[in-house]
Amino acid sequence: MAFKIEPRAEPSRSMAIAAPLIAIGLTVIISSLLFLSLGLNPFVTLYTFFVQPLTTLNGVSEWLLKASPLILIACGLAIGFRANVWNIGAEGQLIIGAIAAAGVGLFSPWQESVLLLPMMVIAGMVGGALWAAIPAFLKDRMNTNEILVTLMLTYVAALLLSYLVHGPWRDPDGFNFPQTALLPQAGMLEVFDYSYRLNTSIFFTVVVVILAWVFMERSFLGYKMSVGGIAPAAAKYAGFKASASIWIGLLISGATAGLAGMSEVAGPLGQLSSQISPGYGFAAIIVAFIGRLNAFGIVLGGLLLSLIYLGGEAVQLKLGLPSSIALIFQGLLLFFLLASNFLINFRIRKLTTRAL
Amino acid sequence: MDLFISIFVATIIAATPLIFAALGELIVEKSGVLNLGIEGMMLVGAAFGVWAHFAGLPMILALVVAVLAGALVSLIFGVLVLTFMTNQYAAGLALAIFGTGVSAFVGRGFGSTPVEAIKPIHIPGLSDIPVLGEMLFRFDPLVYFAFVMFALVSWFLYKTKAGLALRAIGESPDSAHAIGFPVIRTRYLAVMFGGAMAGLGGAYLSLVYTPLWVENMTAGRGWIALALVVFAAWRPKRVILGAWLFGGMTILQLQGQAIGLKIPTEFLSALPYLATIVVLVLISRNRQAMTLDFPVSLAKPFRPAG
Repeated sequence: MAFKIEPRAEPSRSMAIAAPLIAIGLTVIISSLLFLSLGLNPFVTLYTFFVQPLTTLNGVSEWLLKASPLILIACGLAIGFRANVWNIGAEGQLIIGAIAAAGVGLFSPWQESVLLLPMMVIAGMVGGALWAAIPAFLKDRMNTNEILVTLMLTYVAALLLSYLVHGPWRDPDGFNFPQTALLPQAGMLEVFDYSYRLNTSIFFTVVVVILAWVFMERSFLGYKMSVGGIAPAAAKYAGFKASASIWIGLLISGATAGLAGMSEVAGPLGQLSSQISPGYGFAAIIVAFIGRLNAFGIVLGGLLLSLIYLGGEAVQLKLGLPSSIALIFQGLLLFFLLASNFLINFRIRKLTTRAL
Repeated sequence: MDLFISIFVATIIAATPLIFAALGELIVEKSGVLNLGIEGMMLVGAAFGVWAHFAGLPMILALVVAVLAGALVSLIFGVLVLTFMTNQYAAGLALAIFGTGVSAFVGRGFGSTPVEAIKPIHIPGLSDIPVLGEMLFRFDPLVYFAFVMFALVSWFLYKTKAGLALRAIGESPDSAHAIGFPVIRTRYLAVMFGGAMAGLGGAYLSLVYTPLWVENMTAGRGWIALALVVFAAWRPKRVILGAWLFGGMTILQLQGQAIGLKIPTEFLSALPYLATIVVLVLISRNRQAMTLDFPVSLAKPFRPAG
């Protein structure tokens, strides 16, 4: 039996909904096989992975707490990705944002002021944006590939953080642990309930999602950037400079990543240490693609990926599975999602003699 | 003099995994495909190499396992971008993440157990020449193999008909397809060659260089290999040059730490990454040099008409 692949006259709407479900289904099937090969009951494991984490209030709090930075960063990244600006160093911008925010929180003279928190928000966003401005400048002026520069700067940011918490910013009363002192109370984001870690940074995310949606779907600038991504020649002909896309794409994604870093340090962490992110900046790239570079899709993608993080921890604790399972899950899910998008624009037909 | 010799030797060794991975990626990119997942493929090679070694396979077979693992994991990427015409950036990043996960999974349990590394070879006569022998003739076999691969890749690209076809496909897949070159099949083979070479580069790290399995042990070398291809402006000779440069940076940083320079270690560790950026900037400014050997169809999906 032969098959033929042919392009659809227009993208299939039903497939646009079915494709992600097919991808999730395939991920579940493949991972079930993986669990079976490890001698685990796939139903129990999948339940522990995807359902159990959400059966307690604390679980839900952690779910939203982890989804929040992913969604925040992915919204910024999507704006750039649509314009073919490939910032894959959000992790580094997150780190710099956290450093800048913590610097203000720890060393500024407004330790007790109500202004401290807003200052930290600004510092975080500016820090992230400045870190992203380096690749933007190099891409715009020197034609240097932004993928490589953003990535290399991520390593540099991580080393800078390590230097600070091992050296000048180390808490003198911290028993030599590589971490700073705790942030003053005025520099901490409010939690909703003292039993859980979920805090007000979730509002940043809600606001950014709405702004990103408006920018991408309703603004002329967002539209021009998308056109520049899909058809650079057309955009150029219409008089829209590519360099504007580069700057906007990188600065916005840098700022959202920096804000996410600020939210981490002023939220669940409360201080800088040598490890401040479990790879949110990288995972957000997946989230942006799961959400098909659409703000509301990204919310769903962020919730899904956050659940994968939680599930990874759960199976590690309860079933003794290695934490790398979560990474394998992320990779598989992204593979299947990318492949299933194919069904939206193409159809697979059985070849009949008549068709020949 | 001894210090110079030891830096020279260490540089050549540090450059070897980069040469493998970057030569592989060079072929991939010359065919018009951009695979960002080198880091993941290297890690998979490193982990499977160690796994095979502890499973009792002789070293040469452990290397073969690493090469096959790299090629196999790159095939996932190939199916995505070549058959399903997925965005190559996204698929490459997915491969990087997936490979990191798979390698951590495969390598669990072997963590920090030293591997009996592949030994340097002793060439009677040559290895005993003072200075020169020390500098050139006391490496492990893979160092020499990297140069064999360099020669093979250069010969293939510029001296064979198949190499010409590969370059034509990277330049203009539509014309290449029109005159009957199998675009998709060639690209599949190129992608798998890239995966195999990255796997070998990873195995070099875990079986010779370090030599043990540590999670994320490539520490960005996959990305540096990617930068090397750009640095090399898609020419094999400059891949070697670039690899030495970056290998040298790594070694200078280690030496700096060893002799106790009064600079925080983090600053020295950042050197190779900063150097990558500086070199990229220098090379990218020269647009003419950049475009001369640039595969025009890079990262653009291709679908044969009809």
